[in-house]
Amino acid sequence: MSLLLIAFDSNDAVACASYGQATGKPFDILQITEAPVTDLGAAKVLSFGLPSFPPADFLCAALKPLSESYSQVAALSSMRAKDALPRLAGLLDWPMITDVVEIVDEATFVRPILAGSVLTKVRLNHPTCILTFRPAGFVAANRGGTSAVEQVKPAFAGATKRLSQSSRDGGRPDLAGAKVVVSGGRPLKDAETFERIIGGLADALGGAVGATRAAVDSGIAANELQVGQTGKIVAPDLYIAAGISGSTQHMAGIKDSKIIVAINTDGDAPIFEIADFGLVADLYDALPELTQKIKK
Amino acid sequence: MKILVPIKRVIDPYAKVKPLEDGSALNLSSVKFEINPFDEIAVEEAVRQKEKNPDIQITVVSLGGPEVEDQLRKALAMGADEAIHIESTDKFDSNSVAKELMAVVKDLQPDVILMGKQTTDEDNNQTGQMLAAYLNIPQATFASKVDFEPGKATVTRETDTGEEILQMPMSCLITTDLRLNEPRFIPLPGIIKARSKPLHKRERTTSDQPRVEILEYKAPPARSAGKKVANVDELIAELQAKGVIS
Repeated sequence: MSLLLIAFDSNDAVACASYGQATGKPFDILQITEAPVTDLGAAKVLSFGLPSFPPADFLCAALKPLSESYSQVAALSSMRAKDALPRLAGLLDWPMITDVVEIVDEATFVRPILAGSVLTKVRLNHPTCILTFRPAGFVAANRGGTSAVEQVKPAFAGATKRLSQSSRDGGRPDLAGAKVVVSGGRPLKDAETFERIIGGLADALGGAVGATRAAVDSGIAANELQVGQTGKIVAPDLYIAAGISGSTQHMAGIKDSKIIVAINTDGDAPIFEIADFGLVADLYDALPELTQKIKK
Repeated sequence: MKILVPIKRVIDPYAKVKPLEDGSALNLSSVKFEINPFDEIAVEEAVRQKEKNPDIQITVVSLGGPEVEDQLRKALAMGADEAIHIESTDKFDSNSVAKELMAVVKDLQPDVILMGKQTTDEDNNQTGQMLAAYLNIPQATFASKVDFEPGKATVTRETDTGEEILQMPMSCLITTDLRLNEPRFIPLPGIIKARSKPLHKRERTTSDQPRVEILEYKAPPARSAGKKVANVDELIAELQAKGVIS
Protein backbone atom coordinates (compact mmCIF):
# COMPACT_ATOMS: atom_id res chain seq x y z
CA MET A 1 0.00 0.00 0.00
CA SER A 2 1.16 3.55 -0.69
CA LEU A 3 -0.65 6.38 1.05
CA LEU A 4 -1.03 10.05 0.15
CA LEU A 5 -2.62 12.32 2.77
CA ILE A 6 -4.19 15.53 1.51
CA ALA A 7 -3.94 18.42 3.99
CA PHE A 8 -5.66 21.70 3.20
CA ASP A 9 -3.52 23.61 5.75
CA SER A 10 -1.04 22.99 8.59
CA ASN A 11 -3.69 22.00 11.17
CA ASP A 12 -4.98 19.45 8.68
CA ALA A 13 -1.45 18.14 8.15
CA VAL A 14 -1.09 17.36 11.87
CA ALA A 15 -4.45 15.55 11.89
CA CYS A 16 -3.47 13.67 8.71
CA ALA A 17 -0.29 12.42 10.34
CA SER A 18 -2.29 10.79 13.16
CA TYR A 19 -4.08 8.69 10.51
CA GLY A 20 -0.87 8.10 8.56
CA GLN A 21 0.99 6.92 11.66
CA ALA A 22 -1.94 4.65 12.63
CA THR A 23 -1.58 2.73 9.34
CA GLY A 24 1.95 1.72 10.39
CA LYS A 25 3.07 2.25 6.78
CA PRO A 26 5.10 5.02 5.12
CA PHE A 27 3.02 7.96 3.91
CA ASP A 28 3.40 11.21 1.99
CA ILE A 29 1.55 14.42 2.80
CA LEU A 30 0.42 16.94 0.22
CA GLN A 31 -0.19 20.31 1.88
CA ILE A 32 -2.21 22.74 -0.20
CA THR A 33 -1.88 26.04 1.71
CA GLU A 34 0.50 27.52 4.33
CA ALA A 35 4.13 26.58 4.98
CA PRO A 36 4.55 22.78 4.94
CA VAL A 37 4.73 21.01 8.32
CA THR A 38 7.81 18.78 8.13
CA ASP A 39 8.05 17.04 11.53
CA LEU A 40 5.16 14.59 11.14
CA GLY A 41 7.03 11.48 10.07
CA ALA A 42 6.04 11.72 6.40
CA ALA A 43 8.36 10.06 3.87
CA LYS A 44 7.92 13.18 1.76
CA VAL A 45 5.94 16.41 2.02
CA LEU A 46 4.56 17.81 -1.23
CA SER A 47 3.64 21.48 -1.08
CA PHE A 48 1.42 23.56 -3.35
CA GLY A 49 2.22 26.63 -1.22
CA LEU A 50 -1.00 28.42 -2.19
CA PRO A 51 -2.57 31.36 -0.32
CA SER A 52 -5.99 29.64 -0.49
CA PHE A 53 -7.43 26.54 -2.12
CA PRO A 54 -9.51 26.82 -5.31
CA PRO A 55 -13.02 25.42 -6.04
CA ALA A 56 -13.32 21.64 -6.29
CA ASP A 57 -13.16 21.33 -10.09
CA PHE A 58 -9.83 23.21 -10.21
CA LEU A 59 -8.42 21.48 -7.15
CA CYS A 60 -9.33 17.94 -8.21
CA ALA A 61 -7.88 18.45 -11.70
CA ALA A 62 -4.54 19.13 -9.97
CA LEU A 63 -4.91 16.30 -7.42
CA LYS A 64 -5.72 13.60 -9.97
CA PRO A 65 -2.28 13.14 -11.61
CA LEU A 66 -0.57 13.24 -8.19
CA SER A 67 -2.95 10.66 -6.73
CA GLU A 68 -2.50 8.13 -9.52
CA SER A 69 0.83 6.86 -8.19
CA TYR A 70 -0.69 5.93 -4.78
CA SER A 71 -3.03 3.14 -3.78
CA GLN A 72 -4.85 5.14 -1.08
CA VAL A 73 -5.58 8.87 -0.84
CA ALA A 74 -7.00 10.11 2.45
CA ALA A 75 -8.03 13.37 4.11
CA LEU A 76 -9.49 14.56 7.40
CA SER A 77 -13.32 14.69 7.23
CA SER A 78 -14.13 18.38 6.86
CA MET A 79 -16.53 20.19 4.58
CA ARG A 80 -13.75 21.06 2.14
CA ALA A 81 -12.59 17.43 2.00
CA LYS A 82 -16.17 16.22 1.68
CA ASP A 83 -16.57 18.59 -1.25
CA ALA A 84 -13.40 17.64 -3.11
CA LEU A 85 -12.46 14.03 -2.28
CA PRO A 86 -15.55 12.32 -3.77
CA ARG A 87 -14.97 14.31 -6.96
CA LEU A 88 -11.38 13.09 -6.97
CA ALA A 89 -12.71 9.53 -6.49
CA GLY A 90 -14.92 10.05 -9.54
CA LEU A 91 -12.08 11.43 -11.68
CA LEU A 92 -9.94 8.42 -10.75
CA ASP A 93 -12.92 6.03 -10.81
CA TRP A 94 -11.87 4.77 -7.39
CA PRO A 95 -14.24 3.62 -4.63
CA MET A 96 -14.50 5.80 -1.53
CA ILE A 97 -15.06 5.29 2.20
CA THR A 98 -16.29 8.30 4.20
CA ASP A 99 -15.68 9.01 7.91
CA VAL A 100 -13.39 6.12 8.84
CA VAL A 101 -13.07 5.83 12.64
CA GLU A 102 -10.99 2.64 12.81
CA ILE A 103 -8.58 0.73 10.58
CA VAL A 104 -9.15 -3.03 10.89
CA ASP A 105 -6.69 -4.03 8.17
CA GLU A 106 -5.51 -2.67 4.83
CA ALA A 107 -8.88 -3.24 3.19
CA THR A 108 -11.27 -3.20 6.16
CA PHE A 109 -12.49 -0.14 8.03
CA VAL A 110 -15.12 0.89 10.57
CA ARG A 111 -17.41 3.84 9.86
CA PRO A 112 -20.66 5.18 11.34
CA ILE A 113 -23.98 5.34 9.49
CA LEU A 114 -27.44 6.64 10.44
CA ALA A 115 -26.09 9.70 12.26
CA GLY A 116 -23.70 7.56 14.29
CA SER A 117 -26.41 5.30 15.72
CA VAL A 118 -24.86 2.26 14.00
CA LEU A 119 -21.25 1.35 13.19
CA THR A 120 -20.46 -0.65 10.07
CA LYS A 121 -17.43 -2.71 9.21
CA VAL A 122 -16.79 -2.22 5.50
CA ARG A 123 -14.51 -4.06 3.12
CA LEU A 124 -12.90 -2.65 0.05
CA ASN A 125 -12.86 -5.05 -2.92
CA HIS A 126 -10.49 -2.96 -5.00
CA PRO A 127 -6.74 -2.21 -4.94
CA THR A 128 -7.15 1.58 -4.70
CA CYS A 129 -9.42 3.89 -2.71
CA ILE A 130 -10.14 7.39 -1.48
CA LEU A 131 -11.14 7.86 2.14
CA THR A 132 -11.86 10.47 4.77
CA PHE A 133 -11.30 9.85 8.47
CA ARG A 134 -12.57 11.35 11.70
CA PRO A 135 -9.91 12.51 14.15
CA ALA A 136 -11.59 10.88 17.16
CA GLY A 137 -10.55 7.43 16.00
CA PHE A 138 -6.84 8.16 16.00
CA VAL A 139 -4.29 9.23 18.63
CA ALA A 140 -2.36 12.47 18.21
CA ALA A 141 0.62 12.20 15.87
CA ASN A 142 4.16 11.91 17.18
CA ARG A 143 6.23 14.90 16.14
CA GLY A 144 9.93 14.80 15.28
CA GLY A 145 12.48 14.55 12.49
CA THR A 146 12.38 16.50 9.26
CA SER A 147 10.75 15.29 6.05
CA ALA A 148 12.03 16.35 2.66
CA VAL A 149 9.81 18.97 1.01
CA GLU A 150 9.02 19.01 -2.67
CA GLN A 151 7.36 22.09 -4.16
CA VAL A 152 4.74 21.07 -6.71
CA LYS A 153 3.20 23.41 -9.24
CA PRO A 154 -0.49 22.46 -9.44
CA ALA A 155 -2.00 22.08 -12.91
CA PHE A 156 -5.43 23.62 -12.34
CA ALA A 157 -8.31 23.47 -14.80
CA GLY A 158 -11.97 24.20 -14.23
CA ALA A 159 -15.01 26.32 -14.98
CA THR A 160 -16.19 27.55 -11.55
CA LYS A 161 -15.75 31.17 -10.50
CA ARG A 162 -15.59 32.02 -6.80
CA LEU A 163 -17.35 35.37 -6.38
CA SER A 164 -16.85 35.78 -2.63
CA GLN A 165 -15.81 33.89 0.47
CA SER A 166 -16.26 34.56 4.18
CA SER A 167 -13.41 33.74 6.52
CA ARG A 168 -13.41 32.54 10.09
CA ASP A 169 -13.01 35.29 12.68
CA GLY A 170 -9.56 34.96 14.13
CA GLY A 171 -8.63 34.07 17.67
CA ARG A 172 -10.58 30.90 18.36
CA PRO A 173 -9.47 27.39 17.38
CA ASP A 174 -11.24 25.46 14.63
CA LEU A 175 -14.28 23.57 15.97
CA ALA A 176 -13.39 20.24 14.41
CA GLY A 177 -9.92 20.12 15.96
CA ALA A 178 -10.46 22.03 19.24
CA LYS A 179 -9.46 20.50 22.61
CA VAL A 180 -12.32 22.35 24.30
CA VAL A 181 -15.71 23.23 22.81
CA VAL A 182 -18.40 25.29 24.55
CA SER A 183 -21.80 25.11 22.84
CA GLY A 184 -25.02 26.95 23.43
CA GLY A 185 -28.63 26.37 22.45
CA ARG A 186 -31.85 28.26 21.87
CA PRO A 187 -32.21 29.58 25.47
CA LEU A 188 -29.50 32.17 24.75
CA LYS A 189 -31.74 35.03 23.81
CA ASP A 190 -29.76 36.82 21.10
CA ALA A 191 -26.46 36.87 19.25
CA GLU A 192 -24.88 39.35 21.65
CA THR A 193 -25.84 37.27 24.71
CA PHE A 194 -24.64 34.10 22.98
CA GLU A 195 -21.25 35.64 22.24
CA ARG A 196 -20.88 37.07 25.74
CA ILE A 197 -21.92 33.96 27.69
CA ILE A 198 -20.78 31.10 25.43
CA GLY A 199 -17.87 32.97 23.78
CA GLY A 200 -16.73 34.24 27.17
CA LEU A 201 -16.38 30.76 28.64
CA ALA A 202 -14.80 29.41 25.44
CA ASP A 203 -12.16 32.15 25.55
CA ALA A 204 -11.43 31.52 29.24
CA LEU A 205 -10.77 27.85 28.34
CA GLY A 206 -8.95 28.60 25.06
CA GLY A 207 -11.66 26.67 23.26
CA ALA A 208 -13.97 26.87 20.26
CA VAL A 209 -17.62 27.92 20.20
CA GLY A 210 -20.37 25.61 18.94
CA ALA A 211 -24.13 25.84 18.64
CA THR A 212 -27.24 23.73 18.12
CA ARG A 213 -29.19 23.79 14.89
CA ALA A 214 -32.00 25.63 16.72
CA ALA A 215 -29.59 28.35 17.81
CA VAL A 216 -28.24 28.68 14.26
CA ASP A 217 -31.69 28.69 12.66
CA SER A 218 -32.90 31.41 15.01
CA GLY A 219 -29.96 33.60 14.04
CA ILE A 220 -28.24 33.55 17.45
CA ALA A 221 -25.13 31.77 16.14
CA ALA A 222 -23.35 31.58 12.76
CA ASN A 223 -24.01 28.63 10.42
CA GLU A 224 -20.47 27.29 10.59
CA LEU A 225 -20.78 26.84 14.37
CA GLN A 226 -23.48 24.18 14.07
CA VAL A 227 -22.51 20.96 15.80
CA GLY A 228 -24.34 17.73 14.98
CA GLN A 229 -25.08 15.16 12.30
CA THR A 230 -25.61 17.79 9.62
CA GLY A 231 -23.09 20.26 11.01
CA LYS A 232 -19.64 19.66 12.43
CA ILE A 233 -18.66 16.46 14.18
CA VAL A 234 -16.48 17.36 17.18
CA ALA A 235 -14.31 15.26 19.46
CA PRO A 236 -12.70 17.54 22.04
CA ASP A 237 -11.28 16.54 25.42
CA LEU A 238 -13.97 18.69 27.02
CA TYR A 239 -17.40 19.50 25.59
CA ILE A 240 -19.61 21.87 27.56
CA ALA A 241 -23.28 21.95 26.47
CA ALA A 242 -25.10 24.93 27.93
CA GLY A 243 -28.84 25.27 27.52
CA ILE A 244 -28.89 22.28 25.15
CA SER A 245 -31.56 19.62 25.68
CA GLY A 246 -29.81 17.05 23.47
CA SER A 247 -31.55 16.20 20.18
CA THR A 248 -30.42 12.97 18.48
CA GLN A 249 -28.92 15.09 15.69
CA HIS A 250 -26.88 17.17 18.12
CA MET A 251 -25.71 14.22 20.21
CA ALA A 252 -24.54 12.43 17.04
CA GLY A 253 -22.01 15.21 16.63
CA ILE A 254 -20.58 15.19 20.15
CA LYS A 255 -20.47 11.64 21.42
CA ASP A 256 -16.80 11.10 20.59
CA SER A 257 -15.91 13.86 23.10
CA LYS A 258 -13.82 12.60 26.04
CA ILE A 259 -15.71 14.49 28.76
CA ILE A 260 -19.18 15.95 28.24
CA VAL A 261 -20.56 18.50 30.69
CA ALA A 262 -24.25 19.47 30.54
CA ILE A 263 -25.62 22.60 32.15
CA ASN A 264 -29.38 22.90 31.87
CA THR A 265 -32.33 24.00 33.99
CA ASP A 266 -34.30 20.88 33.00
CA GLY A 267 -32.86 17.96 34.97
CA ASP A 268 -34.71 15.49 32.72
CA ALA A 269 -33.17 16.77 29.47
CA PRO A 270 -31.77 13.89 27.31
CA ILE A 271 -28.32 15.51 27.29
CA PHE A 272 -27.85 14.37 30.91
CA GLU A 273 -28.10 10.74 29.73
CA ILE A 274 -24.76 11.03 27.94
CA ALA A 275 -23.06 13.71 30.05
CA ASP A 276 -20.18 12.72 32.33
CA PHE A 277 -21.01 15.65 34.60
CA GLY A 278 -24.38 17.33 34.82
CA LEU A 279 -25.25 20.56 36.55
CA VAL A 280 -28.92 21.44 36.86
CA ALA A 281 -28.69 25.21 36.89
CA ASP A 282 -29.58 28.33 34.97
CA LEU A 283 -26.83 28.95 32.44
CA TYR A 284 -27.09 32.70 33.02
CA ASP A 285 -25.83 32.09 36.58
CA ALA A 286 -23.59 29.06 36.11
CA LEU A 287 -21.62 30.09 33.01
CA PRO A 288 -20.48 33.54 34.18
CA GLU A 289 -19.50 31.98 37.55
CA LEU A 290 -17.60 29.19 35.80
CA THR A 291 -15.90 31.67 33.45
CA GLN A 292 -14.83 33.88 36.33
CA LYS A 293 -13.50 31.02 38.47
CA ILE A 294 -11.55 29.51 35.55
CA LYS A 295 -9.95 32.87 34.76
CA LYS A 296 -8.55 33.07 38.31
CA MET B 1 -34.35 24.55 -19.05
CA LYS B 2 -34.19 21.03 -17.66
CA ILE B 3 -33.48 20.05 -14.06
CA LEU B 4 -32.78 16.45 -13.08
CA VAL B 5 -33.31 15.51 -9.42
CA PRO B 6 -32.04 12.08 -8.36
CA ILE B 7 -33.76 10.89 -5.17
CA LYS B 8 -33.21 7.95 -2.85
CA ARG B 9 -35.66 6.01 -0.70
CA VAL B 10 -34.22 5.87 2.84
CA ILE B 11 -35.14 4.63 6.30
CA ASP B 12 -37.26 7.24 8.12
CA PRO B 13 -34.52 9.52 9.53
CA TYR B 14 -36.38 9.78 12.85
CA ALA B 15 -36.67 6.01 13.34
CA LYS B 16 -34.44 4.43 15.98
CA VAL B 17 -32.77 1.66 14.00
CA LYS B 18 -30.65 -1.09 15.55
CA PRO B 19 -28.56 -3.88 14.04
CA LEU B 20 -29.85 -7.47 14.19
CA GLU B 21 -28.32 -9.62 16.96
CA ASP B 22 -25.95 -11.35 14.52
CA GLY B 23 -24.83 -8.05 12.97
CA SER B 24 -25.70 -9.22 9.45
CA ALA B 25 -28.16 -6.40 8.71
CA LEU B 26 -30.26 -3.66 10.25
CA ASN B 27 -33.51 -4.54 11.98
CA LEU B 28 -36.00 -2.87 9.66
CA SER B 29 -39.22 -4.41 10.96
CA SER B 30 -41.93 -1.75 11.22
CA VAL B 31 -39.63 0.99 9.91
CA LYS B 32 -41.12 3.52 7.48
CA PHE B 33 -39.33 4.80 4.39
CA GLU B 34 -39.15 8.35 3.08
CA ILE B 35 -37.47 10.42 0.39
CA ASN B 36 -33.97 11.19 1.68
CA PRO B 37 -34.55 14.57 3.42
CA PHE B 38 -31.73 16.29 1.51
CA ASP B 39 -33.17 15.01 -1.79
CA GLU B 40 -36.58 16.30 -0.76
CA ILE B 41 -34.98 19.73 -0.33
CA ALA B 42 -33.60 19.34 -3.88
CA VAL B 43 -37.07 18.53 -5.25
CA GLU B 44 -38.51 21.52 -3.36
CA GLU B 45 -35.82 23.81 -4.77
CA ALA B 46 -36.49 22.64 -8.33
CA VAL B 47 -40.21 23.26 -7.85
CA ARG B 48 -39.62 26.75 -6.42
CA GLN B 49 -37.39 27.57 -9.39
CA LYS B 50 -40.13 26.35 -11.73
CA GLU B 51 -42.64 28.58 -9.95
CA LYS B 52 -40.40 31.53 -10.88
CA ASN B 53 -39.65 30.25 -14.38
CA PRO B 54 -42.40 28.07 -15.92
CA ASP B 55 -40.04 27.01 -18.74
CA ILE B 56 -38.29 24.70 -16.30
CA GLN B 57 -38.95 20.97 -16.76
CA ILE B 58 -38.28 18.82 -13.69
CA THR B 59 -37.44 15.12 -13.97
CA VAL B 60 -36.94 13.03 -10.84
CA VAL B 61 -35.10 9.73 -11.02
CA SER B 62 -34.65 6.90 -8.54
CA LEU B 63 -32.97 3.54 -8.53
CA GLY B 64 -34.34 0.44 -6.83
CA GLY B 65 -37.13 -2.13 -6.60
CA PRO B 66 -40.86 -1.47 -7.08
CA GLU B 67 -41.08 0.24 -3.68
CA VAL B 68 -39.23 3.39 -4.84
CA GLU B 69 -42.34 4.31 -6.84
CA ASP B 70 -43.81 5.68 -3.57
CA GLN B 71 -41.04 8.27 -3.31
CA LEU B 72 -41.20 9.12 -7.03
CA ARG B 73 -44.97 9.68 -6.74
CA LYS B 74 -44.42 11.97 -3.79
CA ALA B 75 -41.86 14.00 -5.76
CA LEU B 76 -44.38 14.26 -8.63
CA ALA B 77 -46.98 15.46 -6.14
CA MET B 78 -44.54 18.12 -4.92
CA GLY B 79 -44.42 19.48 -8.48
CA ALA B 80 -41.95 17.47 -10.58
CA ASP B 81 -43.12 16.97 -14.18
CA GLU B 82 -42.03 13.41 -14.79
CA ALA B 83 -40.30 10.54 -13.06
CA ILE B 84 -37.87 7.86 -14.18
CA HIS B 85 -37.65 4.60 -12.29
CA ILE B 86 -34.50 2.59 -12.97
CA GLU B 87 -35.66 -0.85 -11.96
CA SER B 88 -33.03 -2.91 -10.18
CA THR B 89 -32.69 -4.87 -6.99
CA ASP B 90 -28.89 -5.14 -7.38
CA LYS B 91 -26.50 -3.81 -4.75
CA PHE B 92 -24.84 -0.50 -5.53
CA ASP B 93 -22.09 1.67 -4.10
CA SER B 94 -21.80 5.41 -4.76
CA ASN B 95 -19.68 4.92 -7.90
CA SER B 96 -22.13 2.50 -9.48
CA VAL B 97 -25.11 4.73 -8.62
CA ALA B 98 -23.32 7.71 -10.20
CA LYS B 99 -22.60 5.68 -13.34
CA GLU B 100 -26.19 4.56 -13.64
CA LEU B 101 -27.35 8.17 -13.23
CA MET B 102 -24.82 9.20 -15.87
CA ALA B 103 -26.68 7.09 -18.40
CA VAL B 104 -29.90 8.99 -17.60
CA VAL B 105 -28.04 12.32 -17.91
CA LYS B 106 -26.74 11.34 -21.36
CA ASP B 107 -30.30 10.68 -22.54
CA LEU B 108 -31.99 13.64 -20.86
CA GLN B 109 -29.23 16.30 -21.22
CA PRO B 110 -30.29 18.35 -18.15
CA ASP B 111 -28.90 21.86 -17.62
CA VAL B 112 -28.74 21.33 -13.87
CA ILE B 113 -28.57 18.26 -11.66
CA LEU B 114 -29.88 19.05 -8.18
CA MET B 115 -29.57 16.43 -5.43
CA GLY B 116 -29.10 15.92 -1.70
CA LYS B 117 -25.62 16.37 -0.25
CA GLN B 118 -25.85 12.98 1.43
CA THR B 119 -28.36 10.32 2.32
CA THR B 120 -29.40 10.04 5.94
CA ASP B 121 -29.03 6.25 5.90
CA GLU B 122 -25.44 5.71 4.77
CA ASP B 123 -24.22 9.29 5.35
CA ASN B 124 -21.65 8.92 2.55
CA ASN B 125 -21.77 12.30 0.83
CA GLN B 126 -20.25 10.94 -2.40
CA THR B 127 -22.68 10.35 -5.25
CA GLY B 128 -23.22 13.95 -6.38
CA GLN B 129 -19.54 14.81 -6.60
CA MET B 130 -18.74 11.48 -8.30
CA LEU B 131 -21.46 12.12 -10.88
CA ALA B 132 -20.10 15.62 -11.53
CA ALA B 133 -16.63 14.11 -12.02
CA TYR B 134 -17.85 11.36 -14.37
CA LEU B 135 -19.68 14.02 -16.43
CA ASN B 136 -16.75 16.42 -16.13
CA ILE B 137 -19.04 19.30 -15.13
CA PRO B 138 -18.58 21.87 -12.32
CA GLN B 139 -20.15 21.29 -8.90
CA ALA B 140 -21.35 23.32 -5.95
CA THR B 141 -21.99 21.20 -2.87
CA PHE B 142 -23.83 22.11 0.39
CA ALA B 143 -25.95 24.83 -1.27
CA SER B 144 -27.88 27.24 0.94
CA LYS B 145 -29.07 29.53 -1.92
CA VAL B 146 -29.42 28.91 -5.65
CA ASP B 147 -30.07 31.38 -8.49
CA PHE B 148 -30.37 30.53 -12.17
CA GLU B 149 -29.76 32.88 -15.08
CA PRO B 150 -29.63 31.78 -18.72
CA GLY B 151 -26.65 29.45 -18.99
CA LYS B 152 -25.30 29.92 -15.49
CA ALA B 153 -25.97 29.10 -11.85
CA THR B 154 -24.94 31.13 -8.82
CA VAL B 155 -24.78 29.15 -5.59
CA THR B 156 -24.15 30.21 -2.01
CA ARG B 157 -22.61 27.21 -0.31
CA GLU B 158 -21.70 26.37 3.27
CA THR B 159 -18.02 25.93 4.06
CA ASP B 160 -15.88 25.16 7.09
CA THR B 161 -15.40 28.86 7.68
CA GLY B 162 -18.83 30.26 6.81
CA GLU B 163 -19.97 30.51 3.23
CA GLU B 164 -18.85 31.27 -0.29
CA ILE B 165 -20.56 32.17 -3.54
CA LEU B 166 -19.71 30.19 -6.67
CA GLN B 167 -20.79 30.83 -10.22
CA MET B 168 -20.84 27.97 -12.70
CA PRO B 169 -21.73 27.63 -16.37
CA MET B 170 -24.44 25.06 -17.14
CA SER B 171 -24.52 22.14 -17.19
CA CYS B 172 -23.57 21.84 -13.56
CA LEU B 173 -24.38 19.84 -10.45
CA ILE B 174 -25.60 21.26 -7.14
CA THR B 175 -26.00 19.37 -3.85
CA THR B 176 -28.37 20.74 -1.23
CA ASP B 177 -27.86 21.52 2.43
CA LEU B 178 -30.52 21.89 5.13
CA ARG B 179 -30.80 25.64 5.04
CA LEU B 180 -31.73 25.87 1.34
CA ASN B 181 -35.47 25.60 1.97
CA GLU B 182 -38.18 23.82 3.92
CA PRO B 183 -40.03 21.31 1.74
CA ARG B 184 -43.79 21.75 1.40
CA PHE B 185 -46.23 19.35 3.04
CA ILE B 186 -48.06 17.13 0.57
CA PRO B 187 -51.40 15.77 1.77
CA LEU B 188 -52.32 12.23 0.67
CA PRO B 189 -54.90 13.36 -1.95
CA GLY B 190 -52.11 15.33 -3.64
CA ILE B 191 -50.05 12.18 -3.98
CA ILE B 192 -53.01 10.28 -5.44
CA LYS B 193 -53.69 13.13 -7.92
CA ALA B 194 -50.09 12.96 -9.10
CA ARG B 195 -50.77 9.45 -10.44
CA SER B 196 -51.67 11.00 -13.79
CA LYS B 197 -48.13 12.34 -14.24
CA PRO B 198 -45.74 10.22 -16.34
CA LEU B 199 -43.55 7.68 -14.58
CA HIS B 200 -41.19 5.94 -17.01
CA LYS B 201 -39.54 2.65 -16.24
CA ARG B 202 -36.14 1.74 -17.56
CA GLU B 203 -33.63 -1.00 -17.00
CA ARG B 204 -30.10 -0.75 -15.72
CA THR B 205 -27.68 0.16 -18.48
CA THR B 206 -24.42 -0.37 -16.56
CA SER B 207 -23.06 -3.49 -14.93
CA ASP B 208 -20.61 -2.11 -12.34
CA GLN B 209 -20.45 -4.14 -9.16
CA PRO B 210 -20.10 -2.40 -5.79
CA ARG B 211 -16.46 -2.24 -4.68
CA VAL B 212 -17.27 -1.36 -1.07
CA GLU B 213 -19.22 -3.92 0.90
CA ILE B 214 -20.68 -3.82 4.43
CA LEU B 215 -19.53 -6.88 6.38
CA GLU B 216 -21.10 -6.15 9.74
CA TYR B 217 -23.44 -3.79 11.58
CA LYS B 218 -22.97 -3.11 15.27
CA ALA B 219 -24.18 -0.73 17.93
CA PRO B 220 -21.63 1.90 18.95
CA PRO B 221 -20.29 1.80 22.50
CA ALA B 222 -22.94 3.46 24.63
CA ARG B 223 -22.15 6.51 26.73
CA SER B 224 -23.75 6.24 30.09
CA ALA B 225 -25.05 9.01 32.26
CA GLY B 226 -22.40 10.25 34.65
CA LYS B 227 -22.74 12.18 37.79
CA LYS B 228 -24.81 15.20 38.74
CA VAL B 229 -22.83 17.88 40.53
CA ALA B 230 -24.43 20.34 42.94
CA ASN B 231 -22.71 23.55 41.95
CA VAL B 232 -20.00 25.20 39.86
CA ASP B 233 -17.26 24.57 42.46
CA GLU B 234 -17.93 20.82 42.42
CA LEU B 235 -17.90 20.86 38.62
CA ILE B 236 -14.52 22.62 38.56
CA ALA B 237 -13.10 20.09 41.06
CA GLU B 238 -14.31 17.14 38.93
CA LEU B 239 -12.89 18.63 35.73
CA GLN B 240 -9.56 19.33 37.43
CA ALA B 241 -9.44 15.75 38.71
CA LYS B 242 -9.95 14.54 35.11
CA GLY B 243 -7.17 16.85 33.97
CA VAL B 244 -9.28 18.62 31.33
CA ILE B 245 -8.93 22.04 33.01
CA SER B 246 -6.07 23.37 35.04
